[in-house]
Amino acid sequence: MEKLPPAARSKVHIRITGCHGFCETEPNVVIYPEGIFYQKVKPEDAEGIVKKTALERVIIDRLLYTDIHTNKKIVHEKDIPFYKKQQRILLSRNSLVDPTHIDDYLRIGGYKALSRALRTSSTEIITMVGKSGLRGRGGAGFLTGLKWKLCSQSKGDEKFVICNADEGDPGAYMDRSLLEGNPQSVIEGMIIGAYAIGSHEGYVYVRNEYPLAVKNITLAVEQANEYGLLGRNILGSGFDFDIKIVQGAGAFVCGEETALISSIEGKRGAPRQKPFYPAERGLYKKPTNINNVETWANIPLIVEEGPEWFSGIGTETCKGTKIFSLVGKIRNTGLVEVPMGITLKEIIYDIGGGIVNDKKFKAVQTGGPSGGCIPKDLLDLPLDYESLIRAGSIMGSGGMIVMDEDTCMVDIARYFLNFLKDESCGNCLPCRKGIQRMHEIVVDITEGKGKEEDISLLNDLAETVRDTSLCGLGQTASNPVLSTLKYFGEEYISHIKDKKCPAGVCRGLIHYSIIEGKCNGCGLCKRFCTEGAVEGEKKKPHYIVEAKCIKCGVCIDSCKFDAISVE
Amino acid sequence: MAKLRIDGIEIEVEKGWTILETARFLGIDIPTLCYDDGLTPWGGCRLCVVEIGEGEKAKLVSSCTYTVQEGLTVRTGSKRVIKARKLLVELLLSSAPSSKTIQDLAAKLGVQKVRFKVEHDTCVYCGLCVRMCSEQMNAKAIGFTYRGVGIKIATPFDRTSEECRRCGACMYICPVCQLRCDGPHAERVVCGGCLTVDPRCLEFYEDIQCYMGIKGYCGACIREKP
Repeated sequence: MEKLPPAARSKVHIRITGCHGFCETEPNVVIYPEGIFYQKVKPEDAEGIVKKTALERVIIDRLLYTDIHTNKKIVHEKDIPFYKKQQRILLSRNSLVDPTHIDDYLRIGGYKALSRALRTSSTEIITMVGKSGLRGRGGAGFLTGLKWKLCSQSKGDEKFVICNADEGDPGAYMDRSLLEGNPQSVIEGMIIGAYAIGSHEGYVYVRNEYPLAVKNITLAVEQANEYGLLGRNILGSGFDFDIKIVQGAGAFVCGEETALISSIEGKRGAPRQKPFYPAERGLYKKPTNINNVETWANIPLIVEEGPEWFSGIGTETCKGTKIFSLVGKIRNTGLVEVPMGITLKEIIYDIGGGIVNDKKFKAVQTGGPSGGCIPKDLLDLPLDYESLIRAGSIMGSGGMIVMDEDTCMVDIARYFLNFLKDESCGNCLPCRKGIQRMHEIVVDITEGKGKEEDISLLNDLAETVRDTSLCGLGQTASNPVLSTLKYFGEEYISHIKDKKCPAGVCRGLIHYSIIEGKCNGCGLCKRFCTEGAVEGEKKKPHYIVEAKCIKCGVCIDSCKFDAISVE
Repeated sequence: MAKLRIDGIEIEVEKGWTILETARFLGIDIPTLCYDDGLTPWGGCRLCVVEIGEGEKAKLVSSCTYTVQEGLTVRTGSKRVIKARKLLVELLLSSAPSSKTIQDLAAKLGVQKVRFKVEHDTCVYCGLCVRMCSEQMNAKAIGFTYRGVGIKIATPFDRTSEECRRCGACMYICPVCQLRCDGPHAERVVCGGCLTVDPRCLEFYEDIQCYMGIKGYCGACIREKP
């Protein structure tokens, strides 16, 4: 800015915003009002962008996004295929506000919904949220309106509202982007909810591993306090409400509502048996309403635009939009917000742009570590809570990991079980011991020590863990095993019977060898191999000594002639 | 008061009773490990699971923590319940085969083999000692620490506790730190199974109360005469 002539400075406003969602192309710059979209910008591009595009409206060609299919450059954000099929009612506001300035949020109409809500009765708001059909975005999909109603009807001198921002799924960051990019919308939702339920104290439980989210939400609460949007007598309505920020200590299980409540109370983060539900007896044994970040962020929109508008989006049973974090072997990695009921195919191919390196699609895993893997045949599955459960997976909080043909499904089950065995709270037997045993069996299978009877044992064990575990973590922990057994059973069988890993992933079952015709004896792999497993004379084809090979794959990475094969 | 049905028997009990209390009142035996009459129910071992609800909505819940509700239908010995309990006992046996309490449970439930790798973990994290220490001895000297497979029961920060009075109540109530019954096959993972029989009657009488012992396990109705 300093390099600009003073007259031009007032013509351009630069704002640092939260995540735009299109991670693959970040850092992004969008120039309004037209919405010109620049991708992968570098610090040295800044001057040109301001001088040329912002002031003179000249488009810098090399910063534009190129369509992967048509190879044409695209100027405007709205024309990019990644954004075209999305319906970004929540995320679109991320690019309009600087999360550290409450004024930005007010400028785009923020807190209008709150002022409207404070003028209506609390029962009307609950009816409105009920009518909208909004369901909890944390994963279980409980009707938010009903949850609020139950909590508001519970007897208690004190009530609490909690925002669950303990997003622990590996590879999922929907809530993080909302808290980092637009924290005021979450706070506004919480104030409306507290007013409807009759609570005067709220908590945001955010994981410590999200430092920017912690910083932005803390700042946002301070600013809202300064503006009289939190604290005593909010907007002159006589309603009091305060928000406290609590940082989680890194336990995945604390995303479970009762464990989260124990954690806020200062106890060990372990779930407890329901009933009682938090709506009856929650934080400090008082009625408590706990919702996920995305659920709270939807509330101001429902109040402002009306429940009919919201229920117009989505399917018969699932209303509104859902944010998914699309990751894995997909071209357009990023956060996508789509109407409920969209098919997996549309997300993966139209929005996601298909699989990286034109490989074949194998499976998509939804719902975080305790979700299931959905195969190719089910790509036309509409995304809603019920369809996903029927397919053996869950909506979860919106993780979506795409896998290609090079992924071994037994190895995937092993990976998620390994995560869950450490993240179970350990209180109930099926979850603690059951997951550990499933992991043991699956590890044996990946190492070629599997027995034929392991499959039925794994199945029995998975069903028992699902049926008898105390909380949602254990009840869904079997999904990775059950779904891979159901849809990719033949991979387990080839691991056990043929002692082969079809995808060439499981180290215990693969063999490296050098193809004689392709190797010219450059000796590069020999130099890189730490185990001395490559032998051979210079300029003559080399060979691998099986007994010494640890299957690290460094030879493949170093070979420039594709001379190393894996079987 | 709440009216409910357990194994086909209709009963009206006070609200606040658990399914386990109601079942035991009726003389229906439900196996437990982490439950003790003098302590708060914990719901950790899950052996006391029973099936509630009908059709697709049927689910297993731990009867020691689930309070009765009007119109509840409970099955304490359906196939799903028995299958789950047997596997849970198998899990317990594989981690603490030297406990007589667990061996007895296994024998009662007819668990005859263990398909998992056998460890000698000793502690099965039933939490009886933790509750005993805090609720009956009023000391609160021990508690759970860590999580997942790394869970432990210990004094705070593993230091010698000033709260602990060395009363030994934790050892008294522990179901695994006792001597194993020296049966005929003391060396095996499953002891000898002096009580073991197949639960064949389940095939025929899923929803009926049997008064001969734990339903589905005693085998008296089908036992062949020697």
